[in-house]
Amino acid sequence: MNPQPFLRTFTAPAVLCAFGFLLALAAVLQFSLRAYVPGSLDPGGFTLANFTDLLKPLYARVFFDTVVICFLTAVSTLIVGYPLAYALVRTQSAVIKSILLVIVVTPLFLGEVVRTYSWIIVLGNNGFINSVLLNVGIIRQPIQFMFTTFGVVVALVHVTMPVMVIMLAAGLSHIDRDYQRAAESLGAGPIRVFLTVTLPLSMPGVVAGVTTAFAWTFSAFATPQLIGGGRVNMISNLVYQLGFSSFNFPFAASLCVAGLALTIVVLSALRLVARPLENIGPH
Amino acid sequence: MPRSTYQRLLGLIGKLAVVLILGFLVLPAVVVTIAAFNDKAILSFPPQAWSWRWFAKAIAYQDFRDGFRNGLIVTAWSSTIALVIGAMFAFALHRYRFRFKKTLEAVLLSPLVIPHFTVGLGFLILAAQIGWNRSYAVVIACHVVLVLPFVLRSVYVSLRNLDQSYERAAASLGASPLRVLVTITLPLLVPGLVSGWLFAAMLSFNEFTASLFVTAQRTQTLPVAMYNYVREFADPSMAALSVMYIAATAALIVFANAYLGLGKVLNIEQSR
Repeated sequence: MNPQPFLRTFTAPAVLCAFGFLLALAAVLQFSLRAYVPGSLDPGGFTLANFTDLLKPLYARVFFDTVVICFLTAVSTLIVGYPLAYALVRTQSAVIKSILLVIVVTPLFLGEVVRTYSWIIVLGNNGFINSVLLNVGIIRQPIQFMFTTFGVVVALVHVTMPVMVIMLAAGLSHIDRDYQRAAESLGAGPIRVFLTVTLPLSMPGVVAGVTTAFAWTFSAFATPQLIGGGRVNMISNLVYQLGFSSFNFPFAASLCVAGLALTIVVLSALRLVARPLENIGPH
Repeated sequence: MPRSTYQRLLGLIGKLAVVLILGFLVLPAVVVTIAAFNDKAILSFPPQAWSWRWFAKAIAYQDFRDGFRNGLIVTAWSSTIALVIGAMFAFALHRYRFRFKKTLEAVLLSPLVIPHFTVGLGFLILAAQIGWNRSYAVVIACHVVLVLPFVLRSVYVSLRNLDQSYERAAASLGASPLRVLVTITLPLLVPGLVSGWLFAAMLSFNEFTASLFVTAQRTQTLPVAMYNYVREFADPSMAALSVMYIAATAALIVFANAYLGLGKVLNIEQSR
């Protein structure tokens, strides 16, 4: 009898799907090495000019800003998300757990546009925060949140929160509670138990969360586009602008390739730095 | 005892922090709801008069209607295709050994970390080369790739939680592999399949960045229509639409939590 029935049938569609996806990525790679012919959608001959152009200060600046925004967002999301993940895993009440889960998970499925639009209403000059502060009399002039890195990061933290909390909670939930009980019975206070037992043991979740938050922020488009308003630019905005305003698809493709390379480098570096931390746990 | 006061204080600070963070999470939804019921076309807090008229306007707006319809077409196809491909592959991944298993898994999970604008641009170029741009096919193919990792994960988790002794019992009683699969494995997997399909459908319906690249005027999905609206108009119709969106999504999540157990699906149940 065949020990692995349906193997071919079950993997063939997945192979086809992977093949199509790799073709799409190959198309980006291929375009990144082609010359731009102004006024034409078809690319010219093979060249490395797109990549040498990337070194211009204008583009280098966007790359730098993108990494800074991704880093700020990932770290802020971690700090804000950790208490929530902890509460989600450790609460004894099923009702509180359900409420927390629904509040955390719902934004994940709202999409970037709805959430970004909502933040425009919160942060705008006539928006909620400025109206409240003006009415109460704390400020005389509206605070400028729109078109600033701060505003973009606040909205991005909100966008990446659900996935961060889910990853952290997954990490926290797989910690054996006996380690904590042992530390408590030996007389360690709650802060000491957290810092020396729970936090180190949750490092795999932290690394997974930060990594994913970084990648998701890198992928964000609507938030920097609408809240950044052209004054805060990320690679995604540049790719779209090059593709759909000047139809320079080869250069847009080279930005994608460079962005992908940058993501891989940053995430690998993060993994490398975090490896000793991940090994703190029991052996 | 000072110790217990100290612990109570810590617990209180912790609870306060969680409430503040929850406030941060729900603040945009609350504010957008207030804005949606504001009678005036210009944003002002607190609103002077209330009305439903922006809801009526949002529902009547043709681009939103078309976007909703196009989105349903794309979502129905892509989530169903992703469910079939993903469920079968998750089964193979969990049970079988085969060549290039790790590679194939890595490629299919990579859309989780590859920026959506890169995936979108890739499918756009590919579609242009074979003359498929402006068709639903490219939008659907792109969405299948993007939501597949979520189906894979969801089905894989339920396969791992499945007790295989039922299958062995059926097989030892002489049931063929196909019969075991259809009468034992599939029914036991239903929660995982439903949640995988639901997640895929919700993500596909809301996917924006890649859709912006691969959709044309005729195939424009709702998030793309909303993005174009926000760029051109400032009236609260978009707020009204957002409120409907938030309400529908929250209802689906509450449903998913009640019937499927989100904690189990997301693999965040406390182990001990």
